[in-house]
Amino acid sequence: MANEVILLDFWPSMFGMRTRIALREKGVEFEYREEDLRNKSPLLLQMNPIHKKIPVLIHNGKPVNESIIQVQYIDEVWSHKNPILPSDPYQRAQARFWADFIDKKLYDAQRKVWATKGEEQAAGKKDFIEILKTLESELGDKPYFGGDDFGYVDIALIGFYTWFPAYEKFANLSIESEVPKLIAWVKKCLQRESVAKSLPDPEKVTEFVSELRKKFVPE
Amino acid sequence: MANLPILLDYWPSMFGMRARVALREKGVEFEYREEDFSNKSPLLLQSNPIHKKIPVLVHNGKPVCESLNVVQYVDEAWPEKNPFFPSDPYERAQARFWADFVDKKFTDAQFKVWGKKGEEQEAGKKEFIEAVKILESELGDKPYFGGDSFGYVDISLITFSSWFQAYEKFGNFSIESESPKLIAWAKRCMEKESVSKSLPDSEKIVAYAAEYRKNNL
Repeated sequence: MANEVILLDFWPSMFGMRTRIALREKGVEFEYREEDLRNKSPLLLQMNPIHKKIPVLIHNGKPVNESIIQVQYIDEVWSHKNPILPSDPYQRAQARFWADFIDKKLYDAQRKVWATKGEEQAAGKKDFIEILKTLESELGDKPYFGGDDFGYVDIALIGFYTWFPAYEKFANLSIESEVPKLIAWVKKCLQRESVAKSLPDPEKVTEFVSELRKKFVPE
Repeated sequence: MANLPILLDYWPSMFGMRARVALREKGVEFEYREEDFSNKSPLLLQSNPIHKKIPVLVHNGKPVCESLNVVQYVDEAWPEKNPFFPSDPYERAQARFWADFVDKKFTDAQFKVWGKKGEEQEAGKKEFIEAVKILESELGDKPYFGGDSFGYVDISLITFSSWFQAYEKFGNFSIESESPKLIAWAKRCMEKESVSKSLPDSEKIVAYAAEYRKNNL
């Protein structure tokens, strides 16, 4: 049976990156389609009418929305290889908790770091570092968040790394000096082909964020 | 013999109610412990140091936090009875999407309706009605969001029904006239013992919301 997989995405999106990595972890061939968020395609609007956001995963014509839901879907459909979630219910609950933590806390904090200035940015910077430290503490001495194997939480988090130089530039901070173990984890993840192929060049992301920042923080 | 699972909870919380419904659907006996937010228990602070929120399910001494996470955990830890999810991956993804929609769109809107006033409340009311209509459209003619069986999305949403009377009173509108199918669905769910035993009396919720409004608005 034909397996047609299309991913509607936007190259700097840390959410789109999750789905790219998950598909590649499973060895799934897919068609990547770049969306212009100022001019969303009819397909995007049709497949995600509620949120109108990327990434959208279209499998044999049917859409799956929300990056973290897509990663779970991919894990369940292509279950033969590289399991993304552990099999133990308690460990699965822990993995979900940390992915949810990243979505609830990290996203908002990092946004303040690049999209604001002054007091708001200073507060955002403080939260951001605290959140990274919490994540580093959760990682502990494990090679990956899931333990010995690259998995769900690693996939949920790694894309944010491509935005690190942008955060460092605009908020004047050094992430490695704050969370060296987390940077070591990043380097280990980058050695995986699924990750290296799915992440854009952080320099390009920084250029993109610079442009975007001008809209939020007129100089 | 293993100790009973412990649920750290707060009686009016629609999030806590989700955990209660899930445990009862599985026929799991549990120890309910009421938390006082002005004086959170050591067990709560130790079990959920990150968010310090309820509900927390402590099972075999290990904590599970975040209500939808608890519901999924309960489904997986007691898989033999009343599965919350269909087996098809696509339908599972749809169920997760709709529960996420409830958390992302419905939760904030409903709070504005009972917890705010003036312009903020009006905006919240508009968002709430929009969300309700979207949910009603998704329900369609199915008895439950999951189809023939009560499931994950039903559990994620039904707990808000204990607050409907409060929304109507403080938002000054009728949910039934906006969304009769959703009200019919809520009544159907309330016929289930797992639901009726887990949801507090609407009048008590109205009194709770009134007290909150008196103290905060």
